Amino acid sequence: MARDMSDKDILKMELEQLQKEVKNTREPVSKTAKEICEWVEAQAAEDPLIKGVPEDKNPFKEKGGCIIT
Amino acid sequence: MGEMEQMKKEAEGLKTQIEAARKAVNDTDMASAAAGVAPAPRVQLKTRRTLKGHLAKIYAMHWCTDNRLMVSASQDGKLLIWDSHSGNKVNAVPLKSSWVMTCAYAPSGNLVASGGLDNMCTVYNLKTPVIKTVKELDAHAGYLSCCRFLSDNEILTASGDTTCALWDLETGKQTTVFLSHVGDCMCLALSPDNNSFISGACDSLAKLWDIRDGQCKQTFLGHTSDINAISFLPSGNAVVTGSDDCTCKMYDLRADQEVICYQDAALNSGVTSLALSMSGRLVFAGYDDFNCNIWDSLKGEKVGVLSGHDNRVSCTGVPADGMCVCTGSWDSFLKIWN
Repeated sequence: MARDMSDKDILKMELEQLQKEVKNTREPVSKTAKEICEWVEAQAAEDPLIKGVPEDKNPFKEKGGCIIT
Repeated sequence: MGEMEQMKKEAEGLKTQIEAARKAVNDTDMASAAAGVAPAPRVQLKTRRTLKGHLAKIYAMHWCTDNRLMVSASQDGKLLIWDSHSGNKVNAVPLKSSWVMTCAYAPSGNLVASGGLDNMCTVYNLKTPVIKTVKELDAHAGYLSCCRFLSDNEILTASGDTTCALWDLETGKQTTVFLSHVGDCMCLALSPDNNSFISGACDSLAKLWDIRDGQCKQTFLGHTSDINAISFLPSGNAVVTGSDDCTCKMYDLRADQEVICYQDAALNSGVTSLALSMSGRLVFAGYDDFNCNIWDSLKGEKVGVLSGHDNRVSCTGVPADGMCVCTGSWDSFLKIWN
């Protein structure tokens, strides 16, 4: 764990990690964010917390009792 | 130049390179990309259940994959298994150590796990006639902040000793230790395909890990304080974090950077917990100020608030079918909302 490590060992670990990560490919946000939006939007149509849960299908609806209208 | 000076210089150079590479693909941000998306409706959820039973602060909760049972952990020294539909307690598991910080339900529903300041992760079998301790996973050198089952045979843990670990539940030993954070690990989340996981730590970094080869693949910067909560977007290509710096952020895995920040000048409480709605459109974030704010994940706007707890919201969770959100609090109650 990092607590047992000397400053030098921590620095070496960080350096080796940076050497790996600098090689990662990165895609443009305009492409990736758009795809995230499209995925989420497609799912949101069926998202119970967005479209609401009808009373008769709600497993958590308040049990019993009287309703005074 | 001394060896350390040399290494520091090289590290700074690489950080600059990475920053430039991120900037080069930063041709827009999430809010702009979502400009054409219809705003999420104002979300007004009602408390459907208030689960009373714990006698002290609740620190964690986790839904079972059946969308009905859930486990909660409190420093009253108990795990409680609840039937959320009836509101009844199904089981109570007394803990050897009451200083619990996390709990988890196995996907099979057969096992639950907990851990905390005892530095251990204890796994219990709920299906034996009397609930039995199956394993005590004892190798971390710091507190257990989070645990998540991959199956009845494997569990992932995050620890204050700055490491995460994958354990074999047959042998009770660590298969893999994930070391890269330089601060206490506070949270972890499994990717939807179970091949990777993401961790958040007190070094203000979020890290993406390959479960099988043990390597840290990506590191996400931006927060300025401890990351207490983390979750994958259900699509698997983005991650949402919550921090003591009072903000939540979404990090895009393929662009390798932050794409939106959920913050409000009026909010000066740390984020303790977060959960996403089934589509990922809504972020339910629990704060130290006793509220749970609801954010539109794409547009970055606050679209609702869950008020009702009398103390810090310490945990939140949405079941797999997305039918409700559960909040747990230091006020000792759990609430179910939809």
